Amino acid sequence: MSDTHAQSVAFVRDTAIPAAPPPARQRGAIRWMRENLFSTWVNALLTIAALVAIFFILRGILPWLFNGVWTTPSLTACREVLQGKVGGCFSVLTERWNQLLFGFEYPRDQYWRPATAFVLLFAAAAPVMFFNLPRRLLIITALYPFVAYYLIWGGTVLTPIVALLGFVAGYLAYAGLVRSSFATGFFAGIAAAALTWWIGGMIVSAIAPARPWLVHVPSRELGGFMLNMILGVTCLCLSIPLGVLLALGRQSRMPLIKGMSVVFIEFIRGVPLITLLFVANVVLAYFLPPGTSFDLILRVIIMITIFAAAYIAEVVRGGLAALPKGQYEAGDSLGLDYAQAMRLIILPQALKISIPGIVNIAVGLFKDTTLVSVISMFDLIGMIRGPILAASEWKGIYWELFGFAALLFFVVCYGISQYSQWLERQLSTGHR
Amino acid sequence: MKKSVILGALALAGVSAGAAAAGTLDDVKARGKLNCGVVTGLVGFGAPDANGEWQGFDVSMCRAVAAAVLGDPNAVQFVPTTGKTRFTALSSGEIDLLARNTTWTFSRDVDLKFEFIGVNYYDGQGFMVPKALNVSSAKDLDGATICVQTGTTTELNLADYFRKNNISYEPVPIETNAEGQQQYLAGACDAYTTDMSGLASTRATFEAPGEHVLLPEIISKEPLAPLVRHGDNEWADVVRWTLNALIAAEEAGITSANIGELSAQAGDAPEINRILGTEGDLGEMLGLDNEWAKRAIMAGGNYGEIFEKNIGEASPIGLARGLNAQWTDGGLLYAPPFR
Repeated sequence: MSDTHAQSVAFVRDTAIPAAPPPARQRGAIRWMRENLFSTWVNALLTIAALVAIFFILRGILPWLFNGVWTTPSLTACREVLQGKVGGCFSVLTERWNQLLFGFEYPRDQYWRPATAFVLLFAAAAPVMFFNLPRRLLIITALYPFVAYYLIWGGTVLTPIVALLGFVAGYLAYAGLVRSSFATGFFAGIAAAALTWWIGGMIVSAIAPARPWLVHVPSRELGGFMLNMILGVTCLCLSIPLGVLLALGRQSRMPLIKGMSVVFIEFIRGVPLITLLFVANVVLAYFLPPGTSFDLILRVIIMITIFAAAYIAEVVRGGLAALPKGQYEAGDSLGLDYAQAMRLIILPQALKISIPGIVNIAVGLFKDTTLVSVISMFDLIGMIRGPILAASEWKGIYWELFGFAALLFFVVCYGISQYSQWLERQLSTGHR
Repeated sequence: MKKSVILGALALAGVSAGAAAAGTLDDVKARGKLNCGVVTGLVGFGAPDANGEWQGFDVSMCRAVAAAVLGDPNAVQFVPTTGKTRFTALSSGEIDLLARNTTWTFSRDVDLKFEFIGVNYYDGQGFMVPKALNVSSAKDLDGATICVQTGTTTELNLADYFRKNNISYEPVPIETNAEGQQQYLAGACDAYTTDMSGLASTRATFEAPGEHVLLPEIISKEPLAPLVRHGDNEWADVVRWTLNALIAAEEAGITSANIGELSAQAGDAPEINRILGTEGDLGEMLGLDNEWAKRAIMAGGNYGEIFEKNIGEASPIGLARGLNAQWTDGGLLYAPPFR
């Protein structure tokens, strides 16, 4: 230490004062509250109002939730147990959970089948949703529709196998002939698949065992939340590729394809979904001969799919339009043909932009599946509005049932939305 | 090309519809199952229970017809229909018989080309109001909001009644009975109107049924009747006489308890003998065998037993017989003679 100032000042402190804690108002919870809840008078008032509102909501809901009755056989018994106290009658859920999830006709001893299909759905979806998984796992995804069909509908195992063989044959024919020309390969693929299905169909009906391992469950016996899941997942998976094709078709330079795409999209978007469902249920019944039963679920799947596809097409078109022209020119200048340019340059970027829109439609589509209750199919809402509310034991019970339905739908829709946000973060390549 | 495909499909549909119309009875026998249109859920009249078995007053009609024609009351494929899809389901041939609390009206019978085969329940439209409203007559409902199901005759009757009495009201349209009940309890409307049977069964499930009153006015005739398609009289006869057999069985005193004894051999009562097939060959005239009515009655009992089990005073719905008593007891049930 220098002694320059030894005479000029009386005392020089040579150690630091120990750090004092910040004032009470500037730390911890108090500071956080001051900054976030009570920063101005207006905010303070709003905070208090919100707290009061939350208090009243909880005061209504919590006793209802915690006083709930879970074991009575009917609503009247519930009211006797409650003796006029506030409380939910959740017994309807414990009593009818199977009908809410699987519909009232699905054989009880077969519930493990749709449940297995549901669990396998995650295994099948994972390779598509998380692309750092090994690509070889995609084979699970490709096989899943056939396995799920077999599990849910049952019947002879040959049906899904023949369906799978048809796709394999179609693909092989396409792969063998696509080098000469795309159209040849395309139509040869379709012909090969159709031929396989036709021959296979005859063989199956000839040798199908009378008592298959899994009992056949007709479509009309499906119901409950299972039906919502089947409709939602199937329609979503089918409508995204169809929507992308329609969006590309709308941008096509070929007038015929462009015209057809535009008319299709605009027509479907101009018609309410419920109208399409009525067409599927009621109007088609007039045109089809009474003997042939064209599966109602299949009809509904087709209608919801084309409805969602039209909307997805518009979202994807937005993504395509947002790309700078340079991207298209880059593809051309590299000497890529149309399919390569789309697959390698344009669509990956356009689809990335479209993710929020597509997710929006996916959530909407999933919730729209409840509309089928209007055409007398017993999905989750149909089960509640029809059989359960018409049972003399449970007539007059609403909050518990519809709350349960809301909970199931919320879980699925929130999951979809969280996944899409994660996907957006993964795909962000730092343009902003 | 597309046009020709559509025309072809139309022609095919027309041909096959014609073929189906030729003989519903034969179709049902060949199929081994009766396709019966029912309600998606109405307390007492038709709903699947906790085990998924369809139960109810209208459902019993389906089972009786299946028992008469096919010999098995469970050989029924129940097709749930809503108020909007029921008529198309029947006219397109998806169902053979619609037993779904449907009111028999002129235009449905004549214009929509259906054949109502006889009334199985005489109903009438009424009003339910909270006691606190202090209303004792429907004529006091001037300016009231009223919950009413859309697409039904109730909606039209309501409009007619208020116009006739020169009073005003505001309709609150609802889709299902369950929704109407909820709206009414939530106070979205002052009064709820639907058939008296529906009002009674709805009120029975309230937490405090005593706080609601049914007004004395019955503003419409609602004869609820099963129906089939026009133009197939053999099939219509089968369904009509199955219903008549159930009604006549009650009048003649045939019950599910004594039917075994009565049908063992011809007894002293000729009418009973003819119904149960121990005498004469009425069943063969219908294209069935002579035990058809016996099977129909054994499926769920006679009309009175079906009524008591599903909607009668001992059931949770608690409806009195009223107009639906036998004509001998002052009601309107009057089955034509079996001879």
